[in-house]
Order: sequence, then C-alpha cells, then structure tokens
Amino acid sequence: MKQILSVLEGVGSTWLLLLRAASYVGTLPRQRTRFFEQCYLIGYTTLPIVAILSFFIGSVLALQAGYSMQNFGAKQFIGSLVGLSMARELGPVMVAILLAGRVGSAITAELASMKVYQEVDALVTMNIPPARILVLPRLAAVLAMVPVLAIIADLVGWFGGAIVAKYVAFISIEPEAYFTALRRFMKFKDVMNGLIKAECFGFVVTLVCCNIGLNTRGGPREIGAAVTRAVVVSLILILVLDYFVTKVLM
Amino acid sequence: MPGPSQTRNPFTEHETPAVSVAIEGLSKSFGNRVVLDQVTFSVQPGEIFVLMGPSGSGKSVLLKHVIGLEQPSGGRVQVDQYDATAEETREKVRMAIVFQAGALFNSLTVYDNLALYLREHDLASEDGIREKVGRALQILSLEGAAEKYPSELSGGMKKRVAIARALVMEPQLLLYDEPTSELDPVMSATISEIIALLKNEYHVTTLVVSHDRDLALNIADRVGILMDGRLIFLGTPADLREPKDPRVAAFLYPQIDLQNPRYKQLET
Ligand SMILES: Nc1ncnc2c1ncn2[C@@H]1O[C@H](COP(=O)(O)OP(=O)(O)OP(=O)(O)O)[C@@H](O)[C@H]1O
Ligand SMILES: [Mg+2]
Repeated sequence: MKQILSVLEGVGSTWLLLLRAASYVGTLPRQRTRFFEQCYLIGYTTLPIVAILSFFIGSVLALQAGYSMQNFGAKQFIGSLVGLSMARELGPVMVAILLAGRVGSAITAELASMKVYQEVDALVTMNIPPARILVLPRLAAVLAMVPVLAIIADLVGWFGGAIVAKYVAFISIEPEAYFTALRRFMKFKDVMNGLIKAECFGFVVTLVCCNIGLNTRGGPREIGAAVTRAVVVSLILILVLDYFVTKVLM
Repeated sequence: MPGPSQTRNPFTEHETPAVSVAIEGLSKSFGNRVVLDQVTFSVQPGEIFVLMGPSGSGKSVLLKHVIGLEQPSGGRVQVDQYDATAEETREKVRMAIVFQAGALFNSLTVYDNLALYLREHDLASEDGIREKVGRALQILSLEGAAEKYPSELSGGMKKRVAIARALVMEPQLLLYDEPTSELDPVMSATISEIIALLKNEYHVTTLVVSHDRDLALNIADRVGILMDGRLIFLGTPADLREPKDPRVAAFLYPQIDLQNPRYKQLET
C-alpha cells in the first residue's frame, strides 16, 4: 500500500514539475548560457561512450546475424537486419540507457545534493523557482542533444556491422553489398521513429531524474539512495515506454 | 564599515516600508515529536528581535516557517498582511534568510552567488551588479574571495558570504540563523554592527537566531528565549541582564563548575 502511494506521489510530482518547467519556457532565451552548458554536459561528454557501445552493438548484430543466416543462404540481408535493428530499436534504447547511467545519475546527484545542502531552499527564498533554472535548461538541452546522439549511434553501429561483415571469414560481404541491403529495406520513417523514441526516452529520463533529485529529503546518505532510485526507475521506464511508443509509432 | 551618518543605502535606492511578522500559536511536529508548541510573538516593523535557546529547541525550524519553507502543524505565521506559506508572499515582500550552514551555491563563485538574485530578477545592469556586489563584499571583508568557490572558503568566510548574499537582496525582512557562530570576536562585532546599521538606517525588520549574548544584549530591541519548543522569555535586553526565571539565568549565565560537572549531575 505504501509503495503504491509513493509511486502515485512520484507520478504526480513529476507531472507537476513538468508543468512548472513548461510554464517558464519563455525564459529560455535568457538562460542560453545554462542551456549550452547542459548541452555540453549531456551531448559532448556522452558522445565517446555512445560511439564505442554502438560500434560493438552493430558488430555483434552482424556477427549473430551472419552466424544464424549462413545456413539459409540469407547472408546478403545482414545489412538490412543491422540497419533496421540499430535505427528502430537498439540505437534509441542504448542512447537512453547511457543517458540514464551517465547523465541522469549525475543530474540526480547534483540536484539531491543541492536539496540536502539547502541550496534549493535558498533559491526558493530568493523567489527563483528551481524548475526554471535547474530543470528547464536540462530538459531543453536533452531534447536538443538526443537526436544528435541517436543519429551518431545509428551511423557508428551500421559501420561496425559493415566491418564485421567484411572481415569475418564465414560472412565475407563487401561493404557495397552490405549498404545496398541496408538501404533497400530501410525507409526514412524507420530512422525518424527511432529518433522520436530516443527523444521520448531522453526527456522522460531527465525529467524523472530531476524530480527524484529535487524530492530528496534528509542527509547526505540520501543522495546515494536517490541516485540509485533514479537510475532504476529510468531503466524500467525506458523498457516499458519502449513497448508502448513502438506500438504507437507502427 | 560605513558610519551611521551615511544616508545612502548601499543596497536600496528606493524607500520600502518596513514589514511586521506575527507568529500566532505556531506548532510543529515531525512525526510524533513536537518541536514547536504554541509559540506566539511578533516582530514589529523595523525591529531587531533576537531569538535564543538551547541547541535543538526549534529555532531553525521556526525561521523556516517565517520564510515559508515549512508548513505549520498548527497556528500561523503572517508576514506583513500575507500568510508566510502563500507563494505570493515572496513576490510582495522581499525576504532573505542567512541559513545556519550558509547554503551557498557550490557550483558558483562567491561573486556569482551574490549576483544571482539580481541577475535572475533583472534588478541591475552588470555594472550595477558589480557595484552592489563589490560593496557587500567590502563590508564583509571578502574582497579577495570574489572568484573563489564555496568549497575553497573557511567556515567563517562561508557565513560572511551568506550574509553578503542576503544584503545584496535589499530585503525588507532579514532572517539570520546564527550569523556569528564560527566567527572571530571582531568579525562577530562587525556583523552585529551591520545588523544594527541596516535596522537604524533602512528599517529592515530583523529576526536573529543566535547564541551570542553580546549580540543580543547590544543590538536587540527585544529578545525571546525558546526552550523545548516553548517561548519561556520575552522581553528587552535590560530584562535579560537580571533574569527572574531560573531557567533563563541558567541558560544565559551558566556556571562552569569543574568539581561538579553537568555530565556527572545527569548520571546521578
Ligand atoms: N526535517 C526534520 N525532520 C525531523 N525532525 C526535524 C527536522 N528538522 C528539525 N527537526 C528536529 O527539530 C528539532 C529542532 O531543530 P532545530 O534545527 O530547529 O534546532 P535549533 O534550535 O536550530 O538548534 P541549533 O541551535 O543546534 O541550531 C531537533 O530536535 C531536530 O531533530
Ligand atoms: Mg539551528
């Protein structure tokens, strides 16, 4: 019963935070310094790990596909399989998971520590709403950076698949053939769907992590607990949302 | 330290009417622990009210109610004619609080900590901000610290930055939570002088929580003593010099008795 109540409370306060932050959208041009700072933190610092992981995910996809398809003589479709899987599913989900682990946890830790050390109280007494200067720039930055990250994830993943397809002996498909297959079954809509999914996940993860951080109560020990909770809740939300958003976009 | 003859407020260009604070039957419990129990007193416009009391008696909690960060369990707090918990109160009355632990923004330099309020509310140009912030830093002998981050400051410096940040806000109501703890005697005296100056020249209504007997006796208009969540004394500093209540006397002028220390009295 208590758990259900706290889940409902979390949902309610997250919505409230979203509405609050949205009501300050007009202040965004004045907050451009904060916005760019967050873009840097969210985009630039996550980029290397996104690139590395998507490279290997693309590679392993090609490897697995090559292994299971060699018996059917369907090797020439590896490009299509890697392309579609990366763009529609693995790219967006992987970006979202990295965002939760790398950016979401950092956001929760920072906001929770501001809350615990009364910096948030200080803002409130100065009549500077935390939703305006702490939450809004982060949400805007994540919306701006996630598509970039997702596109890079797609491209690097496709490339990783191409390398495996060419150099692994039992596959041996030339890049030209690989990319022809990739293009043949993939439509612009598939990439767009992926980007929309990534955008949804990134936004929700950031919002939830902000909310959990700002609702931290107690002492420094709670900061760690808040970070753990934020990451767990984010991961669950990504996978649950993944199903529903995919369904809606079909 | 500017002399009392100076008439131009370094922080406020405009006259603002002083506000009053009325605390009526304020009670607060956390779970089943009663922290404040039917506390009633008021702070007159332009008055310095010093609230004293043993550690854990609920002083910080009381200040948080005045600034609207806590919801009362019973009773109410009025600032001017507004309810302290209402959001509009912060828009109508400029209030500032110096938190016990400073509550400085750790990601900002000292200068940006002070400038944040002015910038966010668009109260001055960058030049105007530089002047106001510089003035506040100068008053608190913090000129050298402007570009430092809070983590690079000593405890006493943090406290002074917190006070400077509150001064820059040009408040009508200023709350201090132990402004002189962690400060050396000279700096404590300076802070007491600043508190008195703001009151005398600019009629800032001031509520100070402090253990500093000198501060209370020298600058307070009235003093209250909180013990176990109840107000056990309310009077002038003169009344405080010869307290009638033995609890007040024991709190303000404790004897240090090495032959019969308190921790031993507790054991028996
Ligand atoms: N958020 C809270 N939750 C539970 N208990 C609290 C909370 N805040 C304060 N208390 C309790 O209320 C009591 C009064 O705390 P408060 O901070 O007001 O003391 P104080 O008079 O300011 O003491 P000090 O002089 O040491 O600062 C303490 O016993 C404290 O444990
Ligand atoms: Mg206190």
